[in-house]
Amino acid sequence: MNDIIIKNITRIVIPFAQAYGIFIILNGHISPGGGFAGGAIIGTSLILYTLVFGREKGKKKFSHKMSEIAESGGIMIFVLIGVIGIIMAGSFLANQSAGFPQGELGNILSGGFIPILMIAIGIKVASTMISLFNILIDEEKV
Amino acid sequence: MKEIIDIIVENINYIGAIALFLIGLRIVVIHTNLIKRIMGLNIMGTGVFLFFVAIGNVTGGVVPIVDPESANVIYINPLPSVFILTGIVVVVSITVYSLSLVIRIYENYNTIDQKELSDLISEENNDH
Amino acid sequence: MKKTIANVLFLILFVILVIGILQMPTTASTNAPAYNDIVYHYINNGATDTNAVNLIAAILADYRAFDTLGETIVLFTSVVAVGSVLRSTKYDKEAKENE
Repeated sequence: MNDIIIKNITRIVIPFAQAYGIFIILNGHISPGGGFAGGAIIGTSLILYTLVFGREKGKKKFSHKMSEIAESGGIMIFVLIGVIGIIMAGSFLANQSAGFPQGELGNILSGGFIPILMIAIGIKVASTMISLFNILIDEEKV
Repeated sequence: MKEIIDIIVENINYIGAIALFLIGLRIVVIHTNLIKRIMGLNIMGTGVFLFFVAIGNVTGGVVPIVDPESANVIYINPLPSVFILTGIVVVVSITVYSLSLVIRIYENYNTIDQKELSDLISEENNDH
Repeated sequence: MKKTIANVLFLILFVILVIGILQMPTTASTNAPAYNDIVYHYINNGATDTNAVNLIAAILADYRAFDTLGETIVLFTSVVAVGSVLRSTKYDKEAKENE
């Protein structure tokens, strides 16, 4: 697309959308939201970038390699926290008994591993959205 | 007459969920365009989500975010909301997978109409 | 003609399902069968068990975190499945060269 209005508006909107997505992910355990909603917002902002500036520039911002790392990294963080629960408390994904720092109820640093899991889910959902979109629009004629 | 209207107003969430589900089912059954069928599947999924969330509704309840200072607050049922998050993920996965199959079908047969597709496939089978 | 029959059938189905719905013991209150003991347990002990204020996050990421792990694996599987359908393989390339 070569429309100057769309390009400039997109440049202005994308940082706010991504900051809002990060806010929703980090506040998942004290307000409505969480990893799925925030990850969807971040993924949608990346899709908007690819739609407006074209596939080539989108590839530079979020390459195939990076999506691979983010894709498996999200699940790896998740499983790693579960394994820490096995080592410390004897059961998969144990929270308080595994000794995660609990913090004060209602603060942003509370809830043991819940914020970390939310970040992992957010990374996973955002990278899934953008890589599914990229696979669908990459025309690879057989 | 007034009683019937009262019953409808009381159960409006469930009736809306059933209406959405049947609209989606009708699209899946009647239309032959594969993209429209995928849209119908999505609408069916939305109906099921609305049904679940309506089960968890409580009149006068608040969002299940615990406020330690205020006691005696009625919270809505948080469990259906959690299940629906899983459901949304499954519907997204199914949609994308079926869209990718439609892309492959279009590359091979140059049509996404179910009837033409069946004709082409039966012709192919008769040739062999 | 076909469409008319289908529409009538769907209307009948709608009426049957609505009659079924009216028999549901749900009054959108805490007396509903879905509002059972486990929900009371989550609401009363959720904040102290998990130290998170948002009960949905507490259930999603603590009580039922294994479920959420399966959910992320579903997303991963969908990416793998779509990639395996749409990315061209070496068999496709060989078939193209043979043509």
